[in-house]
Amino acid sequence: MDSRTAILSKIKATRDRRDETARRAAVESRLARPVAGLIPARGQLDPEGRIALFLDMIERTGATHERTAGAEDVPALAARYLRERNLPARLKRGTDPRLKAMGFEREAALSLTEGPSDGSDLAAISHADFAIAETGTLMLLSGPDNPVTLTFLPEHHIVVVRAEDVGGDMEAALARLRMLKGKETMPRTVNFVSGPSRSADIEQTILLGAHGPRALHVIVVG
Amino acid sequence: MELTSPAFKANAARALQDAQLQKALGNVEKGFVAKRAAARQALPEFEALRDQGRALKTHVLEHLDLYLEAYEAKVKASGGHVHWAESAEQAREIILDICRKAEAKTVTKGKSMISEEIDLNTFLEENGIEAVETDLGEYIIQLRHEHPSHIIAPAIHLNKEQVEEDFRRVHTHLPDSRDLSEPVALLSEARAVLRQRYFEADVGITGANFLIAETGSSVIVTNEGNGDLTQSLARVHVVVASIEKIVPTLEDCASILRLLARSATGQDMSVYTTFSTGPRRPEDEDGPEAYHVVLIDNGRTAMLGSEFEEMLRCIRCGACMNHCPVYHAVGGHAYGSVYPGPMGAVLTPSLNGINRSGHLPNASTFCGRCESVCPMKIPLPKMMRHWREREFEKNLTPAATRYGLGFWAFFAKRPALYRRAAGLGMRLLSAFGGEKRRLSRLPLAGGWTDFRDMPAPEGETFVAAFNRQRGA
Ligand code: SF4
Repeated sequence: MDSRTAILSKIKATRDRRDETARRAAVESRLARPVAGLIPARGQLDPEGRIALFLDMIERTGATHERTAGAEDVPALAARYLRERNLPARLKRGTDPRLKAMGFEREAALSLTEGPSDGSDLAAISHADFAIAETGTLMLLSGPDNPVTLTFLPEHHIVVVRAEDVGGDMEAALARLRMLKGKETMPRTVNFVSGPSRSADIEQTILLGAHGPRALHVIVVG
Repeated sequence: MELTSPAFKANAARALQDAQLQKALGNVEKGFVAKRAAARQALPEFEALRDQGRALKTHVLEHLDLYLEAYEAKVKASGGHVHWAESAEQAREIILDICRKAEAKTVTKGKSMISEEIDLNTFLEENGIEAVETDLGEYIIQLRHEHPSHIIAPAIHLNKEQVEEDFRRVHTHLPDSRDLSEPVALLSEARAVLRQRYFEADVGITGANFLIAETGSSVIVTNEGNGDLTQSLARVHVVVASIEKIVPTLEDCASILRLLARSATGQDMSVYTTFSTGPRRPEDEDGPEAYHVVLIDNGRTAMLGSEFEEMLRCIRCGACMNHCPVYHAVGGHAYGSVYPGPMGAVLTPSLNGINRSGHLPNASTFCGRCESVCPMKIPLPKMMRHWREREFEKNLTPAATRYGLGFWAFFAKRPALYRRAAGLGMRLLSAFGGEKRRLSRLPLAGGWTDFRDMPAPEGETFVAAFNRQRGA
C-alpha cells in the first residue's frame, strides 16, 4: 500500500463514518461557501475611524506613515522620505499601473528602476491592495505589478494604500482577494505585512530589521 | 535528535544548577507572560475566539481524511506537488530526493518544528547537502550544534554573551576588533552573513502554520522575514507539514490567526503572514519555479481516536510552556525531546512511545495554568494524567513510587486504620519538629528535604481537627 492510501485509511478507520454522505456534504458545503467566524468589534468602524485605527496600529509595530489627498503627491513624498534619511535617491518598483500613473518622472532627481529586487536595492515602493484596521496590516499580492522580493529584500519599504481600501478586518481583505482574483485562483503569495521585520531571539529584546526591511513607511492616499 | 527524555530528572537537576541558564530563563516570564495578558485584555472576544477555535479544529479532525483529499487536489491544480510520508524516515527520503533532482548543494530553512522532529538537517548533511537555518534563533543554535529549547524562541536558553562567543568563533572573516556587545550588533551581523546564503540556496524549506483546503495554500507566520526570503529566492520551495495543520477555508485561517500571535508573543498579528499557493506564475519575475508539500503522519494517525486526539488541535503557540512553572525552572532542553513544556510532555510520548519518554508526564505540578492559557483549550493536565496511568500500567514507574503507592493504597482502603496510622505519624513528626516547627530531614523524603525544610505538623490530622471543630 502506498503512503497516501495508508495514511488516509488509518484516518478513516478512526472516524465515525456511519453517515458518510453527511460527512462529505459537511466538507463540501464548508469549502464551497466559506463563512466568516466571529469578527471582533474593534475594527467595525466608519471609514475615517478605520483609517485612524489602521495608522495607530501600524505605528505601534514601529512603522511610520503619512497621508495625502492625491496619488500624484506620492513621488514627492517618496523622494522626501529618502532625502530625510540620507538615503540615495534611488527607488525600485514593479509594473503596478497605479504606481506608474503617479508621474514619478516629475521627480527629476529620483532614479527609478522597475522589476524584482536582486538584493542590492536600498529602497522599494509597492502598492497594497488592502489594509486591515483591526491589526494594522497591509495586504500585498505577488506578481509583476508588485514583485514579492521588493517586500523583503530592500532595507526600506514604502507601501502605498488607497484610503478606500482600508477595511476593518482580515475577512474584508479576503473578500477583496476573492473579488480581485476570482474564487479559484490565488497569486503565488498573498503577503500580510504588519510592520517592519523584527526579532526577539536574543534575550527577548525586540529589534527591528531582522532579515526583511528595517523600516516600513505607509502612505495612505485619499 | 537523540532522545534524552528518560533522563528528565538528571537533566532537570543539572539545569537547576546552571547559572547561565537560570539567568536566561528569567526572560521567559519577563518576555511572554505579560505581553500575552495585555493582548488578551485588549480583545474582549478572546475567550469566545478560543471556543470557536476549539470547535473548528475538532470539526477538522472529524473530517481530516476528506479535507486532506480536497487540499491535495487544490495544490495539484495550482501546479504544486504533494508527497505523503508515514514516518520521519520516509519524509527525509522524499526531501532528499527533491533536493537531488534539483541538484541542490545548499538548502536554506525557515523555522520549522516538524523538520526538527524528523531531524532533517543531520540527514541532509550526511548526504552532502548543506542545510542553513535562517531564523536568528535557529541559526544561533545550529552554530552551537544544539536543538531548540522553545518552540517559538529556540535560543531562549542563551544570553547575549554566549551568542557573541559563537559569532566570533564562526564568522572568522570579520575583524576581531568589532563590537558585538549589543544585541543589535549581533542581529546585523547575522543578517549580513545570511543574506548571501538565501541567494546561494537551490532549495528553500519552510514549515507551515496552516494548510488551507479551499485554496491549496500553505501559510507561514513569522516576524523576521527569513521564511519569506527562504521560499522566494530558492528555485524550489519545499513545505514540510504534519497532517493536522489543515484548516478548511481562508476565513477559518483568519479566525485562528487571531489566537496565534496573541497567545505566542502578545502581538495582534505577527509581522509577516504569508499564504503561498503553487510555484511562481508564468508572468511572475520572482518566486520559486517548483512547489512541493510533504505531508507527514509520523504518529499522528495513532493519536486519532485515542485519549490524546485533542492534542492534534495544537497550533504550536508556546503559551503552555511560557506559563509553566516547571519549564521556568528547568528550561526546554531538560525535556530531552524536540517539544518541551506541557505540550511536549503530552506529545513526545505519543510520537516516541511512553517507554522512550521516561518521566515527561511527571514533569508537571498540575497547577493547570497551561490549560487555562491554551488557545485551543487542550486539556493538557488531563492528558498528562492519562500518560501517568499508562506508565503505571506498563510497570514503568520507579520501584520506590510503586511500593509507596501500594503501601498508601493498603491504608487508603481501610479508613479506620488510615486514621489511626496518620494520627500516630502526626504526633511523631510533631514531636520531632522541635521549637522551630520544621523538619530538615525525613526518612524516604530526601527529595524534599534536601532542598527545603518540611513544616512539622501541628499534632492533629485534618479529619481529627474537622471532627473536633464541628463538634465544638
Ligand atoms: S498545547 Fe496549546 S498552548 Fe501549548 S503550544 Fe499547543 S496550542 Fe499553544
